[in-house]
Formats: sequence, C-alpha cells, structure tokens
Amino acid sequence: MATSAKPRVATVWLGGCSGCHMSLLDLDERLIELADRMELVFSPIADVKEYPANVDVALVEGAVSSEEHEHMARLIRTRSRCVVSFGDCATTGNVTALRNRFSVNDLMKRSYVELAPGGPAMPSTVISPLADTARPLHEVIPVDAFLHGCPPTAEEIWFAVDALLQGRIPELPNVYLRYG
Amino acid sequence: MTLEELDERGAEERARQEGFKTRVLTCTAAGCTSCGAQKVVEQFRKSVEDRGLTKEVEVVETGCMGLCGEGPLVQILSDETRYSRVDPEAAKRIVDEHLVGGSMVREHRIDPDMPFYARQVRVVLQNCGRIDAEKIEGAIAVGGYTALAKVLTEMKPEEVVEEVRKSGLRGRGGAGYPTGLKWAIVRKAQGEQKFAVCNADEGDPGAFMDRSVLEGDPHRVLEGMAIAGYATGASQGYIYIRAEYPLAIDRLRTAIKQAERLGLLGNRILESSFSFRVDLRIGAGAFVCGEETALMRSILGRRGRPRPRPPYPSEKGLWGMPTLINNVETYANIAPIILRGSAWFASMGTPKSTGTKVFALAGKIRNTGLIEVPMGVPLRQIIDEIGGGTTEGTTFKAAQTGGPSGGCIPAGHLDLPVDYESLQSVGSIMGSGGMIVMDSTSNMVDVAKFFMEFSVDESCGKCVPCRVGTKQIALLLEKLRAKKATIDDLALLEELCVMVKETSLCGLGQSAPNPVLSTLRFFRQEYTDLLKPKLVFEPSDGVA
Amino acid sequence: MAVITFSINGEPVSGRQDESILEIARQHNIRIPTLCHLDGLSDVGACRLCLVEVEGTAKLFPACSTFPSENMVVRTDTDRLRRYRRTIVELLASEGNHQCAVCVVNNHCELQNLAYQVGLEHVRVQYLFPRKDLDASHRDYIIDRNRCVLCTRCVRVCHEVEGAHVWDIANRGINCEIIADMHQPWGTSDSCTSCGKCVLVCPVGALIEKGATVAEMEKHRAFLPYIMTARTKHEWIARAIEED
Repeated sequence: MATSAKPRVATVWLGGCSGCHMSLLDLDERLIELADRMELVFSPIADVKEYPANVDVALVEGAVSSEEHEHMARLIRTRSRCVVSFGDCATTGNVTALRNRFSVNDLMKRSYVELAPGGPAMPSTVISPLADTARPLHEVIPVDAFLHGCPPTAEEIWFAVDALLQGRIPELPNVYLRYG
Repeated sequence: MTLEELDERGAEERARQEGFKTRVLTCTAAGCTSCGAQKVVEQFRKSVEDRGLTKEVEVVETGCMGLCGEGPLVQILSDETRYSRVDPEAAKRIVDEHLVGGSMVREHRIDPDMPFYARQVRVVLQNCGRIDAEKIEGAIAVGGYTALAKVLTEMKPEEVVEEVRKSGLRGRGGAGYPTGLKWAIVRKAQGEQKFAVCNADEGDPGAFMDRSVLEGDPHRVLEGMAIAGYATGASQGYIYIRAEYPLAIDRLRTAIKQAERLGLLGNRILESSFSFRVDLRIGAGAFVCGEETALMRSILGRRGRPRPRPPYPSEKGLWGMPTLINNVETYANIAPIILRGSAWFASMGTPKSTGTKVFALAGKIRNTGLIEVPMGVPLRQIIDEIGGGTTEGTTFKAAQTGGPSGGCIPAGHLDLPVDYESLQSVGSIMGSGGMIVMDSTSNMVDVAKFFMEFSVDESCGKCVPCRVGTKQIALLLEKLRAKKATIDDLALLEELCVMVKETSLCGLGQSAPNPVLSTLRFFRQEYTDLLKPKLVFEPSDGVA
Repeated sequence: MAVITFSINGEPVSGRQDESILEIARQHNIRIPTLCHLDGLSDVGACRLCLVEVEGTAKLFPACSTFPSENMVVRTDTDRLRRYRRTIVELLASEGNHQCAVCVVNNHCELQNLAYQVGLEHVRVQYLFPRKDLDASHRDYIIDRNRCVLCTRCVRVCHEVEGAHVWDIANRGINCEIIADMHQPWGTSDSCTSCGKCVLVCPVGALIEKGATVAEMEKHRAFLPYIMTARTKHEWIARAIEED
C-alpha cells in the first residue's frame, strides 16, 4: 500500500451506532475493488491511533456529541481535503440528538447510576465530557458532501465513494436522498 | 345638544377660563406622571390655596407637552412660561415667586426661544398639553366637535370623503395608504352594517405618539372617528387600544361617556339622523394585533393571527362587513382638515406627503420627547435643532425609524427629507413615528439584534418564515456577536432576511428583517469585523 | 359562476372564479407543493410553500388562498420560488425533532416527502432541538409536540368537520404549540370525541396512534373530501379520491 498515488481515505466514528460503518461493509465484494483503489489511513477497523495529515477523503459517521468529538472534528477538517457527513447522525443529529431534550447531568445519572447493573458509578475522567447537545457535523466544521439514511445504503455509499475516489464531489441522484 | 348649544357651551367655558388671572398647566400624561407630576399638582393646589389664590389661579392637569425627558413639565398660561423638572419644592416656589412675586424661577425655566418649540408645527398636537383632557368642556372651548357639527349640517358624506382625499392625508400608522381612497372604498362597499376602527395598538419600541394624543386630546380622535363614520356609512366604532396604556384607556372612557352625555356620540348626534357609537376593545399585549387582520380577529374575541389579504377589511372586515381601519394620528388629523380645508392641509409638507407628522424622539439625543413637524423637513433639522443633537462628547451615527419594521438612516443621509418616499428610498420606512437616535457609542449589530429579538417574541407563529425564520436570523446574529460566525453564516443571514421579507404572511414578518438589512447596507463593516476565519484544509497540518 | 382564463407557467388554463389558483393548477396537472392545505379544510395560507409569482407585482401569493383574475400570468416554478420552498422546508426541519429513523410515520411523512421534493440535502440553519411536551394521556392516541409543524390541520378538522374544537394554539411565535381544551392532558378533555380525525390529517408524526412502531403508520386522508362533499353538496362521491 505504499503507492502514494492512491487517495488516502479515513473513516471516523463519532457519536453514532456504527451502523453506517456496517453499511460500508455491506459493499461486500466491492470492498476488494475499493481496497485496490485507495489507502485506508484511519478507521475504526484499522489500528491507527492518531488522525494522520493530508487525508484526501474523510467519511465521518455520527453526531458531534462530546468535547473529544469536537476536537476530532476540527482535526479532521484541517487535515482532510474533503469531509463527508456519513449518514443521518452526522447530517441531522438524528438518534444521537434524541438525548438533547435532557440535561447532561440527568442523562449521565440515568445511564450510569439508575440503570447500571451492579456497581453503579458516574464515569471517571477517562471519558470525554458530553457536550450540552449533540449536533450535526456541519454545525461544527464546514462539510463538503452529505450521505443520507440511517444507515446509508451500500449503493449510495458506493456511488459516493466512487466519485470521491475520482476526485469529484458526488452529486447524488435524488433517489439516494432518504432520511431515516 | 344642537349646534347652537355646542357653541354656547364653548363660549361659557372660555368665559370661565378667562375668569382666572392665570392657569397653571401640569402634564400628567404617562411620562410626567412616572416622574412625580401628581405630587406637583397637589403642591400647586395646596400653595394656591395657602396663598388664597383659588379664584385667580386654576390648576389644570393636561396631556403631553413634548419635552418628556425634562419632566415633570409645567406651563403658566398667562405669560406662556414653561418650567421643566418641577418637583413639589419648585412648584411651591413657582407659586410664591412667579405667581405672587412676579419673577420667574430661573433654574427651572425653559428657554422660550429653544428650537425644540420654534421649529415645530403643531396640528395633531395643537391642544395636547393645553387642555384638560378629562373635561369635554376643555375640548369644546377650543373648537372640539365643531368639525363634526360642520359635516353633519353642511356636508354630504361624499363631500367629506372628497375633502379628505384632496387633503392628501395618508395613513399615519406606517404604510401611508391614502386615507381618502380608503374611505371611498368603504363608502362604496356593500354591507348591512359598517364599522370604523381606530388602531391604537401602538407597539414599536420607543414609540408613544398615539398614547400621547389619546392622553392629551381624546376628543379629537373621537370626533375624527365620528366624521369617518358619517363619511363611510359606519354606525359603530371600535378603538383597539393596548392594555399597557391604562391612562389613555381611562381618559378615553371618560371622554366617550362625556361625549355621549352631550349627544356628541351615540344616537342622533347633534340631533341629526346620524348615529355613531364608540366602544373600546383592550388588547392583551400582542404586537401583531396592530396588523389589521389580526386586530379584527382580536376584536371578535379570537386569537390575534393575521390572514392573507385580499380580501381587505374595507371589503370584508369585522363580521364580514366593510370596515374602515385608521390609526389614531390619522383620525386626529380629520377635524382640522374639515375646519381649515384640504388646501390648507395640502400646503404643508411635500406634494406626496402632505401635512405634519408626530415623532417620538428617543435614544441618544438631548431632547427626548414628542414632536410634530411638517412632512419633508430634513432629518438634520429634527436631530440637530429640535432634538438638540446627541449627548455631550458623542456624534450622531444613525436614526432608526419605523421600529422593528424600519431601518436606520446613517449620518450621510442627514439631509434626507422625512417623508414616506424618501425614507423608503434608503431602506427604512416612515412607520408610526418612533425615531430612535444612535450615537457613536452604539453598536449597529446590537441594534439589529435587539429589533430581531423583538420580532421573534412578537411573531404570532402562524407562518413558517416569520415563526422560524426570525428565530434563525436572531441566532445567527447571536453567533456573530459571540464571534463564532464565518463568512458563510453572514451569507446565510442575508439570504434568510430576503426570504423572510418576501415570503411572510403579514407585514410583521415582511418587515422584520429590515433592521438587519438596513444596518448591513450602511454599517457592513461592523458585521464583518465580528467574523472568524473559516476552518479549512491545511496540507501542512499534522505533518511531522 | 364566471369562468376565468389565465396562464400558469405559460400554459393557458381556465377555472371558475371561486376556485383557487392551487385547485386550478391541480386540475391541469401542475404540481405546487403544499403542507397546511388539505382538501376538505379551509385554507389559512400559513406554510407559504404554495407561494406563486404573479406578473406585474413583486409580491408572492399563496396559491391556496388566491383567486385568479382574467389574463393573470402565474408562475409556480421559478428559481426564486424553488429556493424559497427549500428554505421553508429547511426551517421546518430545524424547528422540530424530526428524527425520521425513529418515527412512526417514517416513509409516510409529508414533511419527509417535501424534503425530498425540494432536495433538502442538509439543513444550514441551527437545529433548535425543542423540549416540548409529549402527551400520551389519551386512550388511543399520542401527541408529540416536538414533531409538530403547526400546520393547524388538526385544529381545523376538529373545529370545522368534527365540531368539537378540542385543539387550539397556545403561546406565540417559536413557542407556539397545539393544546387540548384549556391546556390540559388530552386524556382529560371533555370535548374530545376520540374520532381520530386529527391523527389522520396530521402530515407528520406529531399525532399518532398508540401501538404503532417505527414506519408502521400510514395515514389515509381521503375520507375528508367525502364527508365535506356529502355535507355541503349533499352528494356522495362514488369514485375513490386519490391520496395526495
């Protein structure tokens, strides 16, 4: 994978359920073709610790929901040529944003104390504090393209990624504009 | 009451007033009352009694005298001396030194040559601050209801309409629709019953023209409504007035009762065949009820939400009947037009904007208060001469007219004549007459934000652009103030402003973006200064 | 009733004087997007989606409540109108909590369809994420005010068709919300007849049946013109009326 001519691609998992990444894996045999056409430089399915410099395409799943997400989003923006909101949570906040009607404190108590099976305790400092609200990616950084759906279909992903790897911003046909 | 009796009543009252050596007028309108005018009146009464002057000096409570920022205001009628910032102590001295001793109390005296007074032309405010607003005799003594008597005895309804049309009078509520034309439409419209409504739901921040007229000379407005009723065929009038004006409501209630008792309102007015009742309807605090279709729904006891026009109220108004809706100041102009003629009225102002206009001067200006000037005077004259310029050490930056529906006029346009068309040409509007002055210390983005937040609060919520659009515009302005907005946000702000303006259902939404658009037009730099750079791809970022 | 001849998008059309531009456009297969309009209810001109251009004036007119005049030149599909329609849908999307993925009417939602129609790829304004009340006190139905688009169809159908006037609007502007009777839990309303018309006419997932889960509920609105035609013209429509 040393040939630097291949586009450098990152996929990022922020505040989402990873369903969008699952859908990416639904590309099935097309994954083999994909692996040939690009270099995966950062991803939940690749063991890379730090977001690298000079990324060509970043697919970002999930809403921006914590301080860490916000920090990550900025990093993604300054280090990626093209940033794509990958799925409904990144595009609208979607399910991740359902928590926005509750205060962070109530939410944490409910999740880590009231509903915790055995040893209820508020999380320690190793977990990044939640932001007041979960927000779509483009409210935090400029975004170049949007993929829709919860999750996006493999077809939509293929259509978009194919264009992105050719250095184009995908112009998605209306059939792929599907929320939910 | 007959016409002769009306004349007699006026002569009697004038004779009674002339029986006093002097009359001491104290403004007890809302402004002066709020800074203690009531105590001043009490002190005058006490001092006059202590000095044994009750037969020579009459102590009178009046409406607004204009220089509201300097209240409580007092005027001694015998020599026209005006006093400002009068407290009970000063009141005592005025009686002792001026009325008894014959020398003025200099510390409180207002310079009689002050341009504030010299530059004004008072038609609507002619009696405001000079008569006792709670006694109908006071109004009758200065010619009140003689215009009504004239139309009932000498003019046909269509002649009245024609006279108003020829005067060139335009709606003083803000839009400037020709009043005579509106009357003619209502006159022609078919309906079992017709209504004449007075819109006294004055709500622009910093505007108090209508309130002052109603507190100072309520009979003038009632007379104008009755004349309109006669001209258009309306037999029932409603004054829609906001509950936040308790004193105006009280004085109107008193005025209506007194007029009815004398047969100047109600059945067979002045023993003619014309009947006209006036009732009050009190608003519950919604700004949007100043919009005529929302106002009508509110009068009917329903939720005050505008509806699309047409049909216009003049065709289908209250209970589906033809309804004339005019503003307080518009009605207050009717009696002088009838008495002195349309040609006299049209000779004031400009060809397209005739007559005078009342303005409420507020903000960063020396002489805060109520003024009346001929249409078409340069803004500079209002600000520098009448208003006395901005406060010490600052310079004039802009004047906001038309409240949340209007725009600002920057220093570069100070020579602009103040009339309907000229104000529109610079992106503002005449509006109802609020004029808020900003000086070099004012931040224009804050000004825009203030008005936008006002519109967010006051949107009725019926149509999407106004309900959500104004909120989003306000949020963008907040983002800007927090220095978190980028050039993209600024573009979106402008786009939303135009969209809300063009797609909203009623005038409130259609004009809500004006304060933003207008400050963007003249003070764009203040917006761009707040922008932060947009986050972009940096090839070198993260490269070891 | 006089017949008016005018043009829409350059195409000559004709209709009765008492038919709105919207009705006439539909008769001529010209689609104008709508949301607050519903056949069988009075029009309020509130959503502003059906705004059209009329030659000779800069003002835009709601097609649902504007009536044609002879030789009027109407345009329904200019760039400007398309842009404004997109922004209106965008504003609506930002106003509520419209998480399609967990909505009972997902795939059967008028707002969702409008978003597709106007090509709403993303919402540029801030999402407001309201925290309004959800009321599940009624035996059969739920109202989630966070999903309400304030089209007032429920208010109108309850007042105009059912005659109960359970629903009305409380508050102002962005704080507007639909309330039952005197702002009380729906389940305690004495005036509600539990007829369910409000649920059926609701264009989104704000008024829903209990027991339905994501994407399960489809609303049928054809009953309305049947009822109203029978009531006002004393005619029973034999043929099925198309769903809008």
